[in-house]
Amino acid sequence: MAEVLLRQIGKSFGKEKAVADLTMTIPSGSFVVLLGPTGAGKTTTLRLISGLEKPDAGDILIDGRSVLDATPAQRDVAMVFQQYSLYPHMTVRDNLAFPLRSPILKTPEDAIKRKISEVAEMLRISGKLDNKATALSGGEMQRVSIGRALVRDPSIYLMDEPLSSLDAKLRADLRVELKSIQADLGATFLYVTHDQIEAMTMATHIGVLEKGRLVQFGSPREIYESPVNLYVAGRLGTPRLNVLPADIFGKAPSGAKTIGLRPEHIAQGKGKPASVVRVERLGDQTRLHLKLDNHDIITLTDVHTDLEPGDHLAISPRNPLFFDANGARIA
Amino acid sequence: MAEIVIRNLRKEFGSFTAVQSSSFKIEDGEFFMLLGPSGCGKTTTLRMIAGLELPTSGEIEIDGEDVSQKPASQRDIAFVFQMFALYPHMNVRKNLSYPLVSQGMPRDQVRAKVKEVAKILGIEHMLDKPVGGLSGGDRQRVALGRAIVRNPKAFMMDEPLGALDAEFREHMAIELRALHDRMKATTVYVTHDQLEAMQMGDKIVVMNHGVIEQFGKPQDIYDKPATMFVANFIGSPSMNFLRFHGKVAAGAKSVTLHHHKLAIPQMRMPFEGDLAFGVRPEHIQLTDAGDYRGEVKATEYLGTTQIVTLETAHGAVKARVASGDVALVGETVGLQFDKKTVTLFDNQTGQALRSELNEGVLAHG
Repeated sequence: MAEVLLRQIGKSFGKEKAVADLTMTIPSGSFVVLLGPTGAGKTTTLRLISGLEKPDAGDILIDGRSVLDATPAQRDVAMVFQQYSLYPHMTVRDNLAFPLRSPILKTPEDAIKRKISEVAEMLRISGKLDNKATALSGGEMQRVSIGRALVRDPSIYLMDEPLSSLDAKLRADLRVELKSIQADLGATFLYVTHDQIEAMTMATHIGVLEKGRLVQFGSPREIYESPVNLYVAGRLGTPRLNVLPADIFGKAPSGAKTIGLRPEHIAQGKGKPASVVRVERLGDQTRLHLKLDNHDIITLTDVHTDLEPGDHLAISPRNPLFFDANGARIA
Repeated sequence: MAEIVIRNLRKEFGSFTAVQSSSFKIEDGEFFMLLGPSGCGKTTTLRMIAGLELPTSGEIEIDGEDVSQKPASQRDIAFVFQMFALYPHMNVRKNLSYPLVSQGMPRDQVRAKVKEVAKILGIEHMLDKPVGGLSGGDRQRVALGRAIVRNPKAFMMDEPLGALDAEFREHMAIELRALHDRMKATTVYVTHDQLEAMQMGDKIVVMNHGVIEQFGKPQDIYDKPATMFVANFIGSPSMNFLRFHGKVAAGAKSVTLHHHKLAIPQMRMPFEGDLAFGVRPEHIQLTDAGDYRGEVKATEYLGTTQIVTLETAHGAVKARVASGDVALVGETVGLQFDKKTVTLFDNQTGQALRSELNEGVLAHG
């Protein structure tokens, strides 16, 4: 396992700046998640580290050594893609053995055998080792392709939305599994996603990307509770952050343009009157859609609330976040 | 506007029975969800209501008229598919006008109608644009518009948001529901996404293997599941089941699991055998005291709340607690179950046992 350091990395495709001046340390043994919408530069960053792309500027160090001149194979990274690419004519066992039998690794067969049974156990596919890869369900195929990375002992695992093509239940299961596998192995993971739940639940560190730039890097709790700007604040949290004019509840810090209120940070019972537009019952939580001076607000309320559309209630902010005209956090 | 009544509806494809024997009623103006995993029969049910499939037996009534054996064209229903089918060579206006022009509606009426619908959907400014250059969301709006202009009795929607990414789906779900609140047209909506069903539906039918597991209001289905399938399918993380062998008497207010006496809603029926003690993650509190104990295996931070996975004498249990609560991996803590919300199930059949919690819902479910 290794520490990976990105130093002022830049990469453009034609006029398009995919990654700009990106500096980030991925500590050894950490689970770093890069979060951002499509086009933020997440996948490009992953490909730069793996060696599938070359940066226009900056340096990439793995365990203190620059790897800019190293081929992908020499960098000793393992990649898992969103679309599982297995060899359809091979069994699960042979698919898992393939990376170990490569001319570079040339692992002895008894070591291969041991490793495969270990990884198969971990991913709960031991019973499927002699199946053809094509005779598996989607979830099993994705486990095999994750397994193909895990049989190796690379400097870093690079994962590009490996769970996004799976259904919701399976995704939730694999989230917990991946996280505990990473912790058990003490491996270094760099994981790309646009799914905030994955980022929050698995990461030791989240890097939030916007248009190729790293906007904030920190623990999930830091990112959620102390976002540096409006963009970061809006990336985490369901339902989303409410963004309103800064003075809507009265006095605001000087320079504040907007106030950001998480749905759970709205107190009910006193303050400004708002009207209920819709009561959304999700079972474990009930969301209130409110109108306050023509602004839409979403907040949470008692699961079995009696409130109905057309009702009025007073609301006030709790732990508000204030942002200036550029979106930077000021309080 | 329409009320739709389904009676003993059944559909066989050769030796495969897609829908067993469904009965439910869709009230006029309702947003009605057919929910279940793939292969459960929900789409087949929808296609039978629309007239795209004819039932093997049973009845479908729309506004009191039996339409079971009538073709789709005579049912006055609009269908919105997952893959929105637009005419690529026509602009937005022509796509919207087409269903009306082909019905022989006079030009000025068509024009007025298209304008009205475009306004409802907020797509007036793009009427003269070719559909080829539109974003996914705008294409979806145009496809909806094409269904709306005809003023049908009811809308049938087959996973219309299924192809959209998570963030946008959430947005469209809210928009679709708001649109329904303005138009109040009876809508039957098929989805496999429990959150979507909870979020948008006035009523939900939960299906599995061609059988209706439960039918009712979303919150009732969530709080008072009729079967273990429903309890497991709805909610994320899903309900915990502590399985044990034991017995309860009618009138009992507690059960004994592994020497632990746990409070439950008062039972309305006796039972002895394999039981499952069903409790939702948010109805578990972690305390130092509690004498039912578990070891913390993992925590997942979610902002306001966190999911704590614990290993107990009855297997893994997930609790949703405030993110400020301290739960350290490896520690042993007490679990306290909110007694008002517990459901006991017959673990063999999966059926919920009647108690003061669910008797009202199970009686007519």
